[in-house]
Amino acid sequence: MKILIDSEPFDPWKVLDEYQKDKADLAGQYGATTVFVGTMRDFNEGDDVSEMFLEHYPGMTERHLENICLQATGEYQLLDSLVVHRVGTIKPNEPIVLVAVWTAHRKQAFEACREIMEDLKSKAPFWKKEQLNDAQDRWVEKNTRGY
Amino acid sequence: MGVDVKFFASMRDIIGDDCEIDAEILKAKSIKNVDDIWNYCAAGKERPANVLIAVNMDYVDAETLVKEGDEVAFFPPVTGG
Repeated sequence: MKILIDSEPFDPWKVLDEYQKDKADLAGQYGATTVFVGTMRDFNEGDDVSEMFLEHYPGMTERHLENICLQATGEYQLLDSLVVHRVGTIKPNEPIVLVAVWTAHRKQAFEACREIMEDLKSKAPFWKKEQLNDAQDRWVEKNTRGY
Repeated sequence: MGVDVKFFASMRDIIGDDCEIDAEILKAKSIKNVDDIWNYCAAGKERPANVLIAVNMDYVDAETLVKEGDEVAFFPPVTGG
């Protein structure tokens, strides 16, 4: 299991490739890998968004992401999990979050990946501040529903 | 050693920067729980109904008791991902 809070842009596919190569001991054990990548849009609630600042609560963020993954590991028999989340200034089309899980079978993989993502969005202490094209900024008040 | 109080995102815009309430003030002002912390720091501003609270990085409610050495945080609903 790995949790990473990253203040620099990251390539989720490269991160995933490197992480999986380092997990040679899992080869042959997992039959399913699910991956979720969240990317910044250039619009929200009818407005054009030019960039976003992602704030977090250092320490609490990592603790809650770890708890979320540990809970999913027990519930869905995960063989491994990986969460990477951006903070700082983000531009449209840049990845915000990567969630990946490895399991023996697809059912647990699909369900666990979604549950980790939904728990992250409702529990992990991150906050988005959007910069609009007219130079105004605003805090995002709530996330869109995932179910 | 007192209590560290942190405000994040829009809560910082409303209340201001982080602060530390020292042990003498905790005693003098009879600050016992999270609600007392808010009332001391917010100087009369009403606590928003949707504010989230953490003590030592665990979610709690406003009635939770605090003690010297604790870290108390107030923040709006989270919007990561």
